[in-house]
Amino acid sequence: MVLAMVVCANTGDLLLKRGMTGIGAVEFSGSGLAHAFRLTVTNPTIWLAIFFLIGFMICYMTVLSWADYSYVMPAGAFGYAILTFLAVIFLHESVSPRRWFGVILICVGVMLVGQTKPRTTEVVAPQKVTA
Amino acid sequence: MTSTFLLLALFLCTSTGGEIAMTYGMKATGEPARLRPKELLKFLGRAVCNGWFWVGIPLMAFSFYALLILLSWQPISFVIPASALSNVVGTLGAKYILKEDVNTARWTGVVLVCIGVALVSLDSIPLR
Repeated sequence: MVLAMVVCANTGDLLLKRGMTGIGAVEFSGSGLAHAFRLTVTNPTIWLAIFFLIGFMICYMTVLSWADYSYVMPAGAFGYAILTFLAVIFLHESVSPRRWFGVILICVGVMLVGQTKPRTTEVVAPQKVTA
Repeated sequence: MTSTFLLLALFLCTSTGGEIAMTYGMKATGEPARLRPKELLKFLGRAVCNGWFWVGIPLMAFSFYALLILLSWQPISFVIPASALSNVVGTLGAKYILKEDVNTARWTGVVLVCIGVALVSLDSIPLR
């Protein structure tokens, strides 16, 4: 479920970047934001990104129902490594060695969090399964 | 440059606040009995009836639009890792608001993530 969450989130982010790059820089004013909103809701790439982000949301909600937020949140950061690779391969962005090192540190941190107990609190209102 | 970091701060506050509200709502909803489509639909049905869900959604929607604007201003390899600062804010929220047991290993992991994010952010040259 966490893997599905990471894949959906990163695919969605990548598609969002592609869609927003096509739209161009958003002007931070009333008319600029309204114009950007019109362009985003008519862009198919943005809608595909939203589809993946809805998939992420369902996985995220399910995982949060039984695991700690402080456990799930960093676990989702495993996607940074995947995302950096995707950004280099598909968006042709240049990534420096320092930035690669940062991504490695993020991943090590996420792995450390992954070693801890997933749930440390009681569920507020456990579901009663009826026959 | 200032507008990028102001918007990033706004994104961090709204996304973390929204996710903490969402977590509280999901814990109150309870986990699905099985990971089957029917059970997941029932779970989603119960989740949307929870008040905390509707506190979290507007905050997350606001943070989503802030993310869209950030993505149009800066490269994705800057925006997404920089948004990981929400790990630190979120962990503080998890400890003091959600009362989760954040032990040394978890904090160490979060600090490493934070240093990694700082390295990534320092290496980026903002466009404005």
